[in-house]
Amino acid sequence: MAAGPQPTPNSNTSTYAGFGIPLILPAWVIIGFFLVVPVCVMLIYSFLTKEFRGGVIWEFSLAAYDQFFFDRGLFGDEAPKIEWTYISIFWRSIWQAAVATVFCLIIGFPTAWFIATRTGRNRSIWLFLITIPYWVNLLIRTISMKFLIRDNGPMNELMLSSGLISEPIHIINTNLAVQLGLFYSYLPFMVLPIYAAVERYNFALSEAAADLYASRYVTLTQIILPAVKPGIIAGCILVFVPSLGAFLAPDLLGGAKNFMIGSLIEEQFKGAAGNWPFGAAASMILLSMVLVVLTLYARQQTREQG
Amino acid sequence: MASKNLDLRRFPGFLPLTYLCLFLLYAPLIIVMIYSFNDSASITRWDSMSLRWYQEVFFGVEAPKFRTATFNSVTIALIAATSATIIATMAATAMLRSGKFRGKSASFALINLPLMVPEIVTAVATLIFFSAIGFKAGYLTIVLAHIVFCIPFAYLPIAARMQGIEDTFEQAAQDLYATRFQTFRLILLPLMTPGILSGFLLAFIISLDDFIITNFVKGAGVETLPTAIYGAVRQGIKPNIMAISTLLLLVSVVFVTLSYFVGRMGEKNK
Repeated sequence: MAAGPQPTPNSNTSTYAGFGIPLILPAWVIIGFFLVVPVCVMLIYSFLTKEFRGGVIWEFSLAAYDQFFFDRGLFGDEAPKIEWTYISIFWRSIWQAAVATVFCLIIGFPTAWFIATRTGRNRSIWLFLITIPYWVNLLIRTISMKFLIRDNGPMNELMLSSGLISEPIHIINTNLAVQLGLFYSYLPFMVLPIYAAVERYNFALSEAAADLYASRYVTLTQIILPAVKPGIIAGCILVFVPSLGAFLAPDLLGGAKNFMIGSLIEEQFKGAAGNWPFGAAASMILLSMVLVVLTLYARQQTREQG
Repeated sequence: MASKNLDLRRFPGFLPLTYLCLFLLYAPLIIVMIYSFNDSASITRWDSMSLRWYQEVFFGVEAPKFRTATFNSVTIALIAATSATIIATMAATAMLRSGKFRGKSASFALINLPLMVPEIVTAVATLIFFSAIGFKAGYLTIVLAHIVFCIPFAYLPIAARMQGIEDTFEQAAQDLYATRFQTFRLILLPLMTPGILSGFLLAFIISLDDFIITNFVKGAGVETLPTAIYGAVRQGIKPNIMAISTLLLLVSVVFVTLSYFVGRMGEKNK
């Protein structure tokens, strides 16, 4: 690759050569001991026997995964059928996360585009405005959303009094409420990577397209979208992955009917109804799904960079 | 030419959608802020403006509970953010200033690992781990869990800043027989201060913000502000929750603004 005059100062200097390992060691110890090891222990736990009242008995068992995928009847002596309860919870989570991602994309792309085409100070102010809500406590944002969209909440009240609707719109405890909550939780994650991609976009390409009589729409779909695709994909992953395992939005906005993976897992660790190996197994399945998505993404990244 | 150039950057409908985005992001927060000043005990009806619920938060029946929770949240965030910042600064020095060493690329993945693993999975794994080694859930387990997920957030601004600093100053110091420790303490560290501060502030907010992992590893008895609020909200949103939310919201905004300006400090007059 021809190295341009890009000033990437000392991304690899060696003032402290030889100290690399001792300097990186604390990070290894903390993350290794309190994240990597715990995930391994969790994998082991998912193959143990459940103890009533929470916890496990140290005895190998496939019961957790069996319970997840197969239905053997009430007494466990029937021929195994596919158990749809948990699969459908996972499926619903994927669906909800996907819808939230699409919402984010529809609103996030134009926003990112608009910000990236501002100049100087304006641009940083807009960026700042978009990022602030992300730093506000997620719990508080979710509570605010719940407060806003309640049946007799401010949104319905406003629309009723203005005569826009005659009956309050029922949103809370529906799929839509969860999607809205997820959308609200992760919207900045969509805007920022797309913004970064648009910022690097060379507008001479748009000019060339216009000179060749491409319509605005054609320029957008044929020139711009392919050019900023990496940013769009990154944004989608950054929204989709945390949405998949989200807990607060489905818990506070979705009610009992709109169970997602997060709530399913959480329930396994609460008191007597809990089942630790099953919770560990569900977590492992969620983690594998996320890792698959991330690996596919990394693969595609390296392929595009050649 | 200029007008045509500008035109190509403009798409009909993008501006309204941007305003919609801003509206969606801020409307719920602003509504809660407004309603926190509502005198009525019912959250539905607007009465008149008052500071009643703020008084309730600071001096009411539940005030001691929230005070303890706030104390826990702040001290945990301070300890976790400080530890994470130190670890992240060392890690950044290793990654960007120490040449090649074994396990360098694995280290990069490791530092970002807490961002890849879904929060709920981290929560479950940490709970199981502490239970397996017989470590009693409580304050210390929360702190340890928080340090882990604060590291990548502290690392990002610190590494970004270090990447932008040329090492000519350090080389000059070394040429003048400064030891490597002196070089680090007298040259690199002062230049790094804005990045380190902004990393610390981000880690602090992230720790303050966390609900799900804390909820799993807190054990009985120890509450942080988010878990206390969550507990209170289960029975329905009460006006005092809105007052607390507003306060916490303002704290977050102040911290992010600080982090933003500190991070940019000295970048122009380099």
